Amino acid sequence: MTDLAANDPLPKPKRDLAPILLPIALALLMIPLIGSTSSWLTLTVASLAMGMMIFIMASGLTLVFGLMDVLNFGHGAFIAVGAYVATLVLAPFAASIQADSLWMNLAVLAPAALLSMAVSGALGLVVERVLILPVYGQHLKQILMTTGGLIVAEQTLYALWGPQIIPMPLPASLRGSFIIGDVAIAKYRVLAMLIGLAIFIAIQLVLNRSKLGLLIRAGVENREMVEALGYRIRRLFLGVFMTGSALAGLGGVMWALYREQVHASMSDDLTVLIFIVVIIGGLGSIGGCFIGAILVAMVANYGGFLVPKLALVSNILLMVAILMWRPRGLYAVTSR
Amino acid sequence: MTDLLTLSGVHTHIGRYHILQGIDLAVPEGQVTMLLGRNGAGKTTTLRTIIGLWQASKGEISLGGTRIESLATPDIARLGVGYVPESMAVFSDLTVKENLVLAARDGPLDDTQLDWIFGFFPALRRFWLSRAGSLSGGQKQMLSIARAIIEPRKLLLIDEPTKGLAPAIVMALIECLKEIKRKGATILLVEQNFFAARELGDSVLVMDNGTIVHRGEMAALAADVPLQERLLGLSLETHQ
Repeated sequence: MTDLAANDPLPKPKRDLAPILLPIALALLMIPLIGSTSSWLTLTVASLAMGMMIFIMASGLTLVFGLMDVLNFGHGAFIAVGAYVATLVLAPFAASIQADSLWMNLAVLAPAALLSMAVSGALGLVVERVLILPVYGQHLKQILMTTGGLIVAEQTLYALWGPQIIPMPLPASLRGSFIIGDVAIAKYRVLAMLIGLAIFIAIQLVLNRSKLGLLIRAGVENREMVEALGYRIRRLFLGVFMTGSALAGLGGVMWALYREQVHASMSDDLTVLIFIVVIIGGLGSIGGCFIGAILVAMVANYGGFLVPKLALVSNILLMVAILMWRPRGLYAVTSR
Repeated sequence: MTDLLTLSGVHTHIGRYHILQGIDLAVPEGQVTMLLGRNGAGKTTTLRTIIGLWQASKGEISLGGTRIESLATPDIARLGVGYVPESMAVFSDLTVKENLVLAARDGPLDDTQLDWIFGFFPALRRFWLSRAGSLSGGQKQMLSIARAIIEPRKLLLIDEPTKGLAPAIVMALIECLKEIKRKGATILLVEQNFFAARELGDSVLVMDNGTIVHRGEMAALAADVPLQERLLGLSLETHQ
């Protein structure tokens, strides 16, 4: 075995910039293919906004995967529940939502989003205690339990709200676009980008600047050793699970506003995208999840514009390509 | 001398494999007890069972009079047990500093303790803000041991600290462990390097097929070549 002496200088750590450059390169590559600069810019902003929403929904799942090796196929339930709970606040205050005042809109929207996060987070507590706790370390049972939980959640939403699609119109002040030259950038997409970016920065700050974050990062890498140092990782996991569920609830509200509608199975397609993001990002990697979400959204938007027939499989192809390049995802954190 | 750790009739199953088959051992307070044996004898399993990473299926484990065999790993660690696994298990995505901050469970890093550690392992001071994953094998092992001793522990469980390391690093580790021993630490040390075992051990336990087949003074085993060959299949003399 080759071994450096104790005082030998360290090899310079390599900065792994390739994954960061990937979405930039993809966006630049699309300029000549799309032709029109305004279309390219619109699609790029749409991709970034969609990517941020997917990131918000997927960030909790990647930590849950990485930290406790739990396969939660029911993650979509938190998305749908979050969206439905928001309607409870938004419907009675429809007049405030449609008022042409940003502050009045936000005064309703913010409590709706917070309530959705609280309910989804609380649901996360129940799911972890009831469905996941008994099946730690048993992947097949985890899939069965959490898929069953998703079905129960969807059917409960149907029973409570009915099978119809519930409209969720955008607040008046978030409708329309900013016009810059001949480019139109939807206001809501800008808001979604800002919220996604703020959440990404907040998560990074917690993970890198607090002892709690150190524990989460260490737990993702080697949970046994974290326990051997005297930390109760199950409690930590519960906290991460609830936070991830709450973020999924927030993502559900944002996605419902993006599509301007809510229905019980709204998360079905999203769940596939979220799992693709988690896998290509690298299990447990928030940075990978962030880049993965942007890539998935870019491929969906650019692909849908250029080759609509490929839209259905484009993200699967992206996942295959990324995994052939990096079999453990863009940023491998765990050894799994 | 009182025994800090005792195992009585401990059995451990991993899946359908019966690894520990009735272990009885005692680790006297303030001594270094060597746990020797061939590969697959059950040494690592013994340490992992003590720290609770694998649950004993039968038997009693007692630490300072407190039964611990049914406690969870974090609770055992909080009783003052430090664990250095065979794989080192440093958190490679974290810096050297962050690894030690996590190990100092109950508060900020103690500067005096830190200086004491840096005295043995100056590389850790030098690479304080470097990612642990970029350290060499020997430096990782130093970090792994530093993590276990950054706070006072009643008992240290150390699994093959010299495995795969260059001779110079092995000597530095032996000096460090000797100093830890001089400070009165109680250590249960699994080691394949017989030179290190002879240098450090007060008493010795030899395992084979999941049971203790020999117990005695380390010096006596080191002096008895036929016994070494019978128990371990080789002698210390050929490994110096």
